[in-house]
Amino acid sequence: MTDSTNPNAMISVRDLRVTFGTGAAQVHAVDGVSFAVKPGETYGLVGESGCGKSTILRALCGLNPNWSGDVTIGGEAMTPVRTRSFYRRVQMVFQDPYGSLHPRHTVNTTLAEPLKIHGIGEADERISRVLVQVGLGPAFRYRYPHQLSGGQRQRLAIARALILEPQVLLLDEPTSALDVSVQAEILNLLVDLRDRLGLTCILVSHDLAVVAHMCDRLGVMNAGKMLEELPVSALEDDSPTHPYTRQLLAASLGYDRRLASGAVEDIEG
Amino acid sequence: MSEAPQLVVEDLHVRFRTPQRMVHAVRGVSFSVGREKVGIVGESGSGKSQTGRAILKLTPPNGTVSARRLQFQELDIAGASEREMLKVRGSRISMIMQDPKYALDPVMRVGAQIAEAIPETPRLSTAEKRDRVMAMLEAVHIRNPARVHDLYPHEVSGGMGQRIMIAMMLMAEPDLLIADEPTSALDVTVRMQVLAILDDLVTRRGLGLIFISHDLNLVATFCDRVLIMYAGRIVEECAAADLQNAKHPYTRGLLASLPRIGSRHQKLAVLNRDPAWLND
Repeated sequence: MTDSTNPNAMISVRDLRVTFGTGAAQVHAVDGVSFAVKPGETYGLVGESGCGKSTILRALCGLNPNWSGDVTIGGEAMTPVRTRSFYRRVQMVFQDPYGSLHPRHTVNTTLAEPLKIHGIGEADERISRVLVQVGLGPAFRYRYPHQLSGGQRQRLAIARALILEPQVLLLDEPTSALDVSVQAEILNLLVDLRDRLGLTCILVSHDLAVVAHMCDRLGVMNAGKMLEELPVSALEDDSPTHPYTRQLLAASLGYDRRLASGAVEDIEG
Repeated sequence: MSEAPQLVVEDLHVRFRTPQRMVHAVRGVSFSVGREKVGIVGESGSGKSQTGRAILKLTPPNGTVSARRLQFQELDIAGASEREMLKVRGSRISMIMQDPKYALDPVMRVGAQIAEAIPETPRLSTAEKRDRVMAMLEAVHIRNPARVHDLYPHEVSGGMGQRIMIAMMLMAEPDLLIADEPTSALDVTVRMQVLAILDDLVTRRGLGLIFISHDLNLVATFCDRVLIMYAGRIVEECAAADLQNAKHPYTRGLLASLPRIGSRHQKLAVLNRDPAWLND
């Protein structure tokens, strides 16, 4: 497998396929996707709902074992079932901080659990340190999720991912459930932590502006396939060539009746 | 607007009684809407949705609404009885909700749901009603209305569900449409199509549109006028095209906190909320 994957990549995905259902109802959610992410790089996956971008993350992080293809993370080939040591290196932050936190666990319990699972000592110090890192501070330690705002919850979800000191952080729409002013805080925090800790990230988002803000390179997906990969500088120069990418780019700038008139014609019946 | 506005709202207040305290969700909002697209923007909890609901008297039972004036055409909404409101809702003022998944009846075929919105007078035969539904489905750019007519809501995509809801709301030919985040559950390309449909309706049928959204870019490019709400008040009102030159520090802060293509390697501005904004 070493010959087929980039040895310098932190994450290398080749011909990844994920299908749901069987027979006539089978859906190819991810249909032969390949990409590689260098150490310290942030890679964006963009596309509309149902394009397979989140399914890729779920396959990468071990939440969905039903995939085929070659995936290596940190030089190690992945099998569908992951070892405990895998989760020390790869962690994920989910979209909805209202759903991803246990409502009856305090901040302290939420953060202590991964340490206990992995048999890591000095829980007390680590929890205080990570809380400061994500900008929550010690005052939040014994609160419950319902006592936190959306932005504070997402900070806690980030803290839970970082407490194991992973090398890879997978971000699934980390700000799409938040107000814009809170989104700015979380994006600043993620950029800051990534640079300080040297994290390799994959950011999944439907928002081209968020991806352009955080990432170095991105892949544009549609219907389970990777349409094109491009550096973020291509978005900044307004030079993407694929019509779908251009459509996403135009839509990210707001409403334009002239562009929309083309779109209205192509509605499926 | 040279002609008289469709809707006049003066000093609207919405208060909620919760077990802990009184929440003053909307605190003295005044505006008017003519045959135009008016955007109401704000973050969650700013009172924008409650403002929209109060116009239709759809405030939840633990809330109370008061206003110096709440006038829709000749009707005084503030003083209207529930009986009078039933004649207004869905026929003269319609509301499009955020998520078609929850707003459509899951056990009723699409065509039948739209047909329900047809006014009772004049009385129409079943065949006539079906023709009207088909025509309306076509008007919202559904290409194969005969097929969609017989589908259940779970069988249609989000974008189509939203168009079905728009079709239903337009059946009675309202004069005012209140759209509460009508496109935030939709993908960007589908969003464009739905907005284009709304845009054309305002232009062609001359209806008034209140477009409630948290998306500043969208409102700035889609609407004619924008009201910016913060903590239950309108802090700023401007022409949509001038939103980039907004004066209020809250609006400016929101605009600055948006990530943009080209904002890489820059720290995003974080909004510092000034307690004075609550009162000015």
